[in-house]
Amino acid sequence: MTFFLVSSAIKVFVVFNLIMVGVALLTLLERRVCAWMQDRLGPNRVGPQGILQPAADGLKNFLKEETSPAMADKALFTLAPIVSFVPALLTFGVIPFASPLPTKWGVVPMVVADLPVGFLYILAISSLGVYGIVLAGWSSNNKYALLGGLRASAQMISYEIALGMSTVAVLLLAGNVTLSQVIAQQQQGLWFVIPLTLAFIIFFISALAETNRLPFDLPEAEGELIAGYHTEYSSMKFSMFYIAEYSNMVTASALMATLFFGGWDIPLTSWDSTGEPTVVKTLATMAVFGLKTFSFLFTYIWVRWTLPRFRYDQLMALGWKVLLPLALVYITMIAAAIWYFRVQLGWTYGPGMAAALGGLNLILLIAVVWWLDRGRIVSGSVPQEAA
Amino acid sequence: MLLTFFWIFGVIAMGSALLCITRKNPIACALWLVVTLFALAALFVLLDAQFIAVLQVLVYAGAIMVLFLFVIMLLNLGRPGPTDIKGPVGVLAAVVLAGALLLQLRVLSAAQLPSSIQLPAGTVAALQQQQGMVAAVANPLFNAYLVPFEIASVLLLAAIVGAVVLAKRKL
Repeated sequence: MTFFLVSSAIKVFVVFNLIMVGVALLTLLERRVCAWMQDRLGPNRVGPQGILQPAADGLKNFLKEETSPAMADKALFTLAPIVSFVPALLTFGVIPFASPLPTKWGVVPMVVADLPVGFLYILAISSLGVYGIVLAGWSSNNKYALLGGLRASAQMISYEIALGMSTVAVLLLAGNVTLSQVIAQQQQGLWFVIPLTLAFIIFFISALAETNRLPFDLPEAEGELIAGYHTEYSSMKFSMFYIAEYSNMVTASALMATLFFGGWDIPLTSWDSTGEPTVVKTLATMAVFGLKTFSFLFTYIWVRWTLPRFRYDQLMALGWKVLLPLALVYITMIAAAIWYFRVQLGWTYGPGMAAALGGLNLILLIAVVWWLDRGRIVSGSVPQEAA
Repeated sequence: MLLTFFWIFGVIAMGSALLCITRKNPIACALWLVVTLFALAALFVLLDAQFIAVLQVLVYAGAIMVLFLFVIMLLNLGRPGPTDIKGPVGVLAAVVLAGALLLQLRVLSAAQLPSSIQLPAGTVAALQQQQGMVAAVANPLFNAYLVPFEIASVLLLAAIVGAVVLAKRKL
């Protein structure tokens, strides 16, 4: 019991600090990558290559004057950044980030809490983040902030459905909602991105919308809404929204790595998942997990500085008329295929079944892109409007 | 330990429910209701029903209450309105109804559950150990009670269609 408490406390401390430092570096990375893509230099004055810029920004945010609008609802105005911040940090708790670590007192699983309802916990807690944004928009008593909050709630509810539906395929294939089991399944066969390509694509698009990132950052569209829901916020309160957004990105990237890219699994070897746990294995798998998460974070930034923003009706049309029906049809087909392989042919999940499902996905993918698309998914607009 | 947590979350649930019905600001009401739902989810966890607890947060606190807030904000009901307690007759009716509810609780707390819906102690935990959290709920739902489950979904569909018909007179 003492061992469990102490090891859990250490894990919480380490994960919290890793996320916080990661978020700080991510803000720098975003600005440097953006500058790089636009053929500029970006912030490179504070420290070598600007590495201390986030610290300077943090200090600046602490020292700035904190304004609070006269007509705002005081209590909710203060509560909103907290409600946005806490779920963003809570969700990472169930994601396994390395293979178990052997210590003198026993083996420590490298996950803060391996809940039996693992993945559903992430869905449940992350759906609470929208309260922060909605309350910020409403309590500011500012019409632009209110519009941002309204957009955020509609957008996040819409895409949460597509997000949840796309992961049903993963849960069907894994047969479990515990994330450590999902990873174990992927270590036996291929990573789920191959048998469930289409689910990954739907998940990725929905995750962009859930984290309010371009091309779906309608809640804070600066061209129309000033800064959306956080227009009235200043100083550290504003910073908390920022940290929440970036830690949501970290969690979404880690989740994509876990659900579709094998989590901490090192590809092309079974050294990491079989045999006695060692410290080297833990460090190696942690590095691989970090690399996978980082590549998704980079993709987030890459997408942001490449694509223009969607129009609001395009966003809703994409969510409800394209992604949701697609996800529903996909679940039906994948469920039928899994039933056929498991029950009729008696297979268990392994490279063979993954390859067969991968073939099915390839056909579906080609069908979706070339046959269903006709300029709809790419431009996001509905043809009837143009006609 | 378990009993302590039961009391903590029970008191939170009762207190926030009370605040939910006494606040004048609709947004505050909705938020106190969210707190109530959370406390109920915690009580489900204490009953070893983690899956139900997560669904409670996911569906009620995460989706339905956000829609509530959305509608309140869209119709701009957010500012405190006039009180809606209708004079002494209303207060009297409320007191009578509250008395009836308390009486029911008193009777129910003394009553025994019929043995047909009671499981021996430890059965649920063993079932979850054996089949996993989700399967323990899903198996009876999709095997033994499939027809009632599907009928319930038809009922929900009828409610949605009814709402659309009422909202849009001209289809």
